[in-house]
Amino acid sequence: MQETMETTQAMIDHLAAVNKILEKNNYSEGRLIPILQEVQAVYKYLSKDMISYVATSIGVPPSRVYGVATFYAHFSMQPKGKYIVKLCDGTACHVKKSHGILAALYKKLKLSDEKRTTDDQLFTVETVSCLGACGLAPVMLVNDSVHGQMTPEKSDEILDAILAEEKAAAK
Amino acid sequence: MTTAAVNSADLEAIVAEFKKNYENVKRRIIICGGTGCVANGSFQVRDALARELEKAGIDVILEIKKEEHGEKKEETYISKSGCQGFCQMGPLLHIEPGDILYTRVRVSDVPEIVEKTLRHGEIIDRLLYVDHQNHNCLCKGDAEIPFYNRQKRVVLANCRIEPGDVREYIARGGYFGARKAILEMSPEEVCKTAIESGLRGRGGGGFPTGLKWKFTLASKNAKKYVICNGDEGDPGAFMDRSVMEGNPHAVIEGMMIAARGIGADEGYVYVRAEYPLAVERMNAAVKDAEAAGVLGKNLFGSDFNFKVTVMEGAGAFVCGEETALIASIEGKRGMPRPKPPFPAQSGLWGKPTVINNVETLASVPGIFYKGPAQYKSVGTEKSPGTKTFALTGHVANTGLIEVPFGTTLREIVYNIGGGVTNNAGEITKDDFKAVQIGGPSGGCLTPEMLDLPLDFDSLKTVGAMVGSGGLVVMNKETCIVKIARFFMQFTQNESCGKCVPCREGTRQMLALLDDIIEGRADRHTLELLEETARAVQIGSLCGLGKTAPNPVLSTLRYFREEYEAHVLKKSCPTGECTALARPEILADKCKGCTACLRKCPVGAITGKVKEVHVLDADKCIKCGACKAACKFGAIVGL
Repeated sequence: MQETMETTQAMIDHLAAVNKILEKNNYSEGRLIPILQEVQAVYKYLSKDMISYVATSIGVPPSRVYGVATFYAHFSMQPKGKYIVKLCDGTACHVKKSHGILAALYKKLKLSDEKRTTDDQLFTVETVSCLGACGLAPVMLVNDSVHGQMTPEKSDEILDAILAEEKAAAK
Repeated sequence: MTTAAVNSADLEAIVAEFKKNYENVKRRIIICGGTGCVANGSFQVRDALARELEKAGIDVILEIKKEEHGEKKEETYISKSGCQGFCQMGPLLHIEPGDILYTRVRVSDVPEIVEKTLRHGEIIDRLLYVDHQNHNCLCKGDAEIPFYNRQKRVVLANCRIEPGDVREYIARGGYFGARKAILEMSPEEVCKTAIESGLRGRGGGGFPTGLKWKFTLASKNAKKYVICNGDEGDPGAFMDRSVMEGNPHAVIEGMMIAARGIGADEGYVYVRAEYPLAVERMNAAVKDAEAAGVLGKNLFGSDFNFKVTVMEGAGAFVCGEETALIASIEGKRGMPRPKPPFPAQSGLWGKPTVINNVETLASVPGIFYKGPAQYKSVGTEKSPGTKTFALTGHVANTGLIEVPFGTTLREIVYNIGGGVTNNAGEITKDDFKAVQIGGPSGGCLTPEMLDLPLDFDSLKTVGAMVGSGGLVVMNKETCIVKIARFFMQFTQNESCGKCVPCREGTRQMLALLDDIIEGRADRHTLELLEETARAVQIGSLCGLGKTAPNPVLSTLRYFREEYEAHVLKKSCPTGECTALARPEILADKCKGCTACLRKCPVGAITGKVKEVHVLDADKCIKCGACKAACKFGAIVGL
């Protein structure tokens, strides 16, 4: 009996945030994209269960929500790392050799085109088509911080600084 | 009548009060708060400045407050601005009076700025811009800097005001145009004025804005919408971002006038999620405008209402296409719909909708405030007005510029841009290869077109388009085939998948380009590429597919020899395509030091000490380790 009650409480707590988001958006089908954005911001990604839950709450088939979640590049059905590194590969950055920085990032974090998130879930590396900071090409985003005039050396430095910070916080 | 009075903003009173409150400001410091400068730490500079000034006993304010007691004070006002365009020179700091512009300002420079410039009026030379084209002359302010003084900033004219202060916008004539449209003009007259100005869409289509409004006005429906297309997805373009960050009220006012012209009462601003600062500033501006009574119900005492909602995109380039954008606002997959019906007849939720680009809308208030004749007096006859461009790539001065239509490419690249740079960043005299204009839907312009006056129609004659305004300069060390492939990969990736010509056609074109770059192509490849390109152009459902082949067709037209070198000679003239690289050791430079031999991971180099080494091209994997190790420049072709 105790087990069942605890499981239910955990489920309720887990869903509290998404319920709030749904209510704020009036359970409206037209607000699906803002809803999914807010859900992903809280839960870090969109799981299949979450997609089903949102669909059922709004009153549309889960396949519809799945279709929207997989159409837009922003939505992820895999958990992302704590630090999302977005390297810009727009025209201006590309022409200023953004690929060298991508190679450096992959090398340092032991990632590749197929494996985008580190095993410790600390970093996810993505390429974005244009961040709109072309005057500072090449550009890299770490969560919301913009870093301009990047070089492979600078990207190593930034990653090292984060790793040091994480290590210090863990102590 | 009481409900009308509640939201009736008295613009003249707001201006008078703002000016009165501004009287105590003796000096103003403007810190650029565009994404670029913020990335370089401009907000930290601002905070350090405020602290240092307070330490020095100087009265600092961070916003214009209501002055009480009519006290006479000497305040220094530190404000932020939107993107000032000179991104490589940021963080930018502007001081008035004196019109001083300091570049690359760091937190460590702040104490000196306070002590020397603000307290004693001395200029710090090392923080000034150096004009390398003019005997390294030091430029005190932007009036002396070629990058600025050769531009004509109209839409960007307000880029120095504080975007978070609606009163400053009003004090510079803001919302007066909207009031005129609402109180003194009928919807038909509003459309007529827009048509008279000759304003054409700045998002890439170049369609006459007034005409679009007129068609939407003609559709009979009680509910209509205005949408601002802020989904600036072209890689290399950041004009709209800067307008939304720096002058958000111009966008809101433009939407309001459009709404008056078509009979709408609601609007949406759709901003890419990749622009968090623009989203923030637009949202703040909507709130400020509502609080000031210039947005909402019964505007200026009339029965005209207008409500604006800001929505974020979710990372899909195709949502810049109007019908895909509409689908996105409706909570659906961003897939385009066939036109007709056009949004003017059936748009958002099936209602008549006008969708305009950010820059187009930001141009509207000026047309109504100063009159359409004034707008038409700049630019060319069929393309009046100015256009913002994002000048990037291999050019000395990268950044955001605004010039009248009709300005030549030479003026932009050499006079404003400061000249073409090589891969090491040095300005070189003869390095201009091409300019990519219009992003992934556009074409390239070659040295022969340097004196072409840029406008909508002249560019069409050379197979290019103004597009949204992205200008990427490329030097002679850039492989044009690889650039075409870069754009093809982008559009292929962003293709929504709905129609076969685009979905399959772009995939095949990309595969053919890869064949060319990796040495598997023959003459038939080029023919097939062109044939497929034309099929994609004709058969695609929307603008993304229809224009995706443009970079390929344009580069094939002007750089065919470069393609043929890849195909027929299996050689890449610039050396960028590593698969086609044919490395060799120059006998007259090789000293026989064995440095390269030892570095080679596959044993492709043979030779004895003090004897010329030999490289076996068949074994070579083109990793470049040998070239890096050679101190005599003896290894070429990599």
